[in-house]
Amino acid sequence: MKQHVLVVFPHPDDETFGCGGTIAQFTKSGVPVTYVCGTMGQMGRNMGRPFFANRESLPSIREAELEKACQAIGIQHLIKLGLRDKTIEFEDPEQLTDRIEQILKEVRPSLVITHYPGHAVHPDHNALGEVTIRAVSRLSVQERPIVYAHAFARDCQDMLGAPDIINDISAVSEMKLAAIRSHRSQSQVILPRLGNGQFKNPSSKNSYSHMLERESFWTYRFS
Amino acid sequence: MDPINKSIVQSALNGFLNRDVYLHLETTNGAYAVHRKESNMTVGAYIRNGRICFGRGIITGDGPYRVGLKIELGWVYAEGLTDFETDQEGRLLLAGHDQDGRLAVALELSLSPFEL
Repeated sequence: MKQHVLVVFPHPDDETFGCGGTIAQFTKSGVPVTYVCGTMGQMGRNMGRPFFANRESLPSIREAELEKACQAIGIQHLIKLGLRDKTIEFEDPEQLTDRIEQILKEVRPSLVITHYPGHAVHPDHNALGEVTIRAVSRLSVQERPIVYAHAFARDCQDMLGAPDIINDISAVSEMKLAAIRSHRSQSQVILPRLGNGQFKNPSSKNSYSHMLERESFWTYRFS
Repeated sequence: MDPINKSIVQSALNGFLNRDVYLHLETTNGAYAVHRKESNMTVGAYIRNGRICFGRGIITGDGPYRVGLKIELGWVYAEGLTDFETDQEGRLLLAGHDQDGRLAVALELSLSPFEL
């Protein structure tokens, strides 16, 4: 099967913070990556620091940031589902599953990256991860891509065991950092920690160092 | 947005009196509140495009500010408001930001529905 990665997350910046390095590794080696982004993060509370967005201007600002971040990590194909932030779990899951299934049939990915349902903290993450897994499970075993599920709930290692995929992304950390910077309204609050070395100091309590060093996933097991 | 100027906001509120008005009202402490600190609660609520009509609307306080809108059968209330903007479409946007510039509360009024 020709390699093609399909990333399915609900918010602009999920692709960057969660797996920007992994995406960059794929695109750098010539594997195309398609990103299905569920919402425009309309209800985010980060507005930049100092804030430059407001509730009404935020969606178009985030849309532009997303396109810039996609360029930074080499995503060439972006599909926007047009859902509203915080509402995915209330939509009809059948309809959403149909939508993702249709995209799977068009893109024919060899790998899908999505959130691990139940272990990804934000209700939108869990809901979209759930319908994506459901859509993949509708495919025959032969057609089914591998699924890397991203989890970061506090207890996810207790519940799921250690992640089986641990990607060293240090070689593409600059690309990931560029994507983080592109999501300006969302990343300005944490970026100062870069300046005083917290990105590089793993002993710091608020360290973000791991974010530029490795990304972990659980290969989803279909029963 | 700019720091709230009470008299400008009050006159903007007056402009919406006794008309059909679309309301966006929300409060949030972020979807990751519990994730960051287990003793927190993640709380939030929003209404988008609630249609209301108020005959009395007041901004009060010394900053952060409070707004109360008296509607036929009840009230619309928000506290913790720090910043405002009246945009080109004649909408009044009010928000409360914490020291990191994160939005904690918003109350917005418009004569036409807000985008979804």
